[in-house]
Amino acid sequence: MRLNLTVNGEPQQADDIWPGESLLYVLRERLGLPGAKNACEQGECGSCTVYLDGVPACSCLVAAGQAEGHDVVTVEGLAPGEDDLHPVQEAFVEAGAVQCGFCTPGLLVAAHNLVEHNQNPSDAEIREELAGNLCRCTGYEKILDAVRLAASRTRNRKQEAGT
Amino acid sequence: MEFLRPATWREALEAQANHPGAVPIAGGTDVMVELNFGRNRPPALVDLTAVDELAEWSTVDGEIRIGATMSYTKIIAELAEELPGLAMAARTVGSPQIRNRGTAVGNLGAASPAGDSHPPLLATGATVEADSVRGSRDIRIEEFYLGVKRKALEPDELIRAIRVPAKRGPQQFSKIGTRNAMVIAVCSFGIALNTLDRTVGTGIGSAAPTPRHAGDAEEFLAGNLPWDDRDPVPDGVARRFGELVADAAVPIDDVRGPARYRTHALSVMARRTLGWAWEEYRCA
Repeated sequence: MRLNLTVNGEPQQADDIWPGESLLYVLRERLGLPGAKNACEQGECGSCTVYLDGVPACSCLVAAGQAEGHDVVTVEGLAPGEDDLHPVQEAFVEAGAVQCGFCTPGLLVAAHNLVEHNQNPSDAEIREELAGNLCRCTGYEKILDAVRLAASRTRNRKQEAGT
Repeated sequence: MEFLRPATWREALEAQANHPGAVPIAGGTDVMVELNFGRNRPPALVDLTAVDELAEWSTVDGEIRIGATMSYTKIIAELAEELPGLAMAARTVGSPQIRNRGTAVGNLGAASPAGDSHPPLLATGATVEADSVRGSRDIRIEEFYLGVKRKALEPDELIRAIRVPAKRGPQQFSKIGTRNAMVIAVCSFGIALNTLDRTVGTGIGSAAPTPRHAGDAEEFLAGNLPWDDRDPVPDGVARRFGELVADAAVPIDDVRGPARYRTHALSVMARRTLGWAWEEYRCA
């Protein structure tokens, strides 16, 4: 089976797809994009979170064929350029929200989505939005710090742009 | 394994009819887990996500008709007014990522006794629309569940939609789990008061081989609530309601909790959800 989809803004094609394989497998093993991580394969951990048509989804739960013609953005597509980081990524680095790093790509996509929609999230809202992403190292406190930092910076930038 | 991607409902029904054993897939939150772990190798997948109309809802004769691929996120965003019980249950499903993809109709397809949609669908008296190339039929929700992960669908039938009567009074949902997210219910309970007909609907989840009503509890409560005076529910009535709900369950001991705990928790949830719903009625 052949698959056509858009990944990080670029049209992509993959051949010899087994119809039961996941979008996650396609991204990692067929398209060479190992950012999204393969951990639980049952939607429990969120390490494989990507945007599918602008909405965060566990790519391990999307059958490859379901992505035909659709638009995918992975963690590799969040940064504006090769040498730049997205403000959410910068905030994770600065706040020390990363230890082993395995959950980080999924958390970055979830946090990116949160900050896009809510630049003044309460702690309860952050916890709810990140509830589908497990981290076994950090205890989440630094991750919450990073999201607060990214949200406030985004808020300030929007305010500056508005004035 | 074949991957079939019908563009219309008719094509979907033909695909299902022509590929015995084919598994329909929408959000993939159950089906893909089975595939990822090699627990199931169906001869074909019928992907319903390209049939655009299925992702929408409409109003038909006072009922909300929820299409087969409508996500929990969309139910929460668009149906919280008309279907408060189902929207509450939808909010407790998985995580944002899961709610973005998972569907209430998929909950029916999986027919797990623990599915979060079942109690509110039972409490409100929903109807399942089952279609095949042979024709269309309605299945009453309480006749849909046959056993653990077994349901009243023929092999060539697909669920096109569920129809849920729009709110006719306060509704509540409660669920027990170990945390607020990513929880399969230890047990769950839904209640719907019909303040026009003065009837009560209930639904019990994860405490019997199938989701089920608590029929005696419904009848008892409808006959003993102070509908006219809108007084607080007498303690004895609330307690007896809880007991009758617990009596309707036949839970098992399993990894999520012992039967005794489930029975006790159900009686507590029944009393509490009744209290919340009745308070809303009194203040209305």
